[in-house]
Amino acid sequence: MNKVYGSAKEALDGVLFDGMLIAAGGFGLCGIPELLLQAIKEAGTKDLTFASNNAGVDDFGIGILLQTRQVKKMLSSYVGENAEFMRQYLSGELELEFNPQGTLAERMRAGGCGIPGFYTKTGVGTVIAEGKEVKVFDGEEYILERGIFADLSIVKAWKADDTGNLVFRKTARNFNPPAAMCGKICVAEVEEIVPRGSLDPDCIHLPGIYVHRIVQGTHEKRIEQRTTRKREDV
Amino acid sequence: MPWDRNQMAARAAEELEDGMYVNLGIGIPTLVANYTGDKDITLQSENGMLGMGPFPYEGEEDPDLINAGKQTITELPRTSYFDSATSFGMIRGGKIAAAILGAMEVAENGDLANWMIPGKLVKGMGGAMDLVAGVGRVIVVMDHTNKHGDSKLLKECTLPLTGKGVVDRIITNLGVLDVVPGGLRIVETADGVTEEELRAATEATIV
Repeated sequence: MNKVYGSAKEALDGVLFDGMLIAAGGFGLCGIPELLLQAIKEAGTKDLTFASNNAGVDDFGIGILLQTRQVKKMLSSYVGENAEFMRQYLSGELELEFNPQGTLAERMRAGGCGIPGFYTKTGVGTVIAEGKEVKVFDGEEYILERGIFADLSIVKAWKADDTGNLVFRKTARNFNPPAAMCGKICVAEVEEIVPRGSLDPDCIHLPGIYVHRIVQGTHEKRIEQRTTRKREDV
Repeated sequence: MPWDRNQMAARAAEELEDGMYVNLGIGIPTLVANYTGDKDITLQSENGMLGMGPFPYEGEEDPDLINAGKQTITELPRTSYFDSATSFGMIRGGKIAAAILGAMEVAENGDLANWMIPGKLVKGMGGAMDLVAGVGRVIVVMDHTNKHGDSKLLKECTLPLTGKGVVDRIITNLGVLDVVPGGLRIVETADGVTEEELRAATEATIV
């Protein structure tokens, strides 16, 4: 078993096809699989549907695939920071399905756990509930949401060992574990591949069973909203 | 005088009790963290963090450490990190005691609209629908009227809803109101604002 690949391009070899559903980790630009997205751009795969909380910005993240018109549809909770996204959406070139953020995360987690649907009270009485089955449990209404079963998962982690055990860093974990779980194949890009045995088994965030391919690379890790406070004078 | 942004935030902070786990929205709700005093409050950031600290000093920003508004933040000794499914598990599961958030409209039955205006650019609901459906108590902090002077406390919301019957308490620049059977009940008025003035600025039924 060799899960380690030499480049993002090699790590995606043979798994991309037009019209596929890709689940991607990340929140805003934090913890996004930036190298794999770049490799998908270079591969030219078309008509992609992305399950991803956000759509990146114009020149980073999923935004780079919008510029090349490789994306057909987005399943997202918030797409605010992307002018090209809005242009394509308003002109009808791009489909958009809004999912409440927690519903999107749970749809991924559920898919990864073999659960095709679940009931949630999120969105009851709103446009999100339109066309969905409503069921009453203990006097309260819930709507049926479907698990997501993706063709491919692309995620970003901090460290991996060569068996695919992953460790994330701070809030860069976000959607990466549930996104990783819901794909038939999961490719993870990491900042460092460490020797087997050097990760504490009690501190693995995502077990390697979910991760099929790993690539190490250098990440830009762009900050979207740099916000600071002033040092108080001593 | 009606309350200003900071006074509204300070009033909202009075809603928080020692030991609470709380989620603060963007805007005035973010300011609430400045007024919690000696109370031991743990802030949740729904992108996967409990124990959110202040903004970092310049030069100490970490791209792996942001809040739900995508701003750089810091951690505290109590901080824990988790994935988005776990984060919304604790929200949906009612483990977060309260959410304090802004709104475009609130109706007298507790309906909340704060995510989209038809015909305008729609950015998405983010985690707002999950929060209002799941947390123990939803406290709205907003101006009493919009920029045209119209009441934002309505008999019925005109905008698409974020949640149905979810709001518990509304803190505006004019005062504090609770959602109760039959309408809204005035809890208090801002210093120098009379009950008559508050009623006159309110479309919703006041009981």
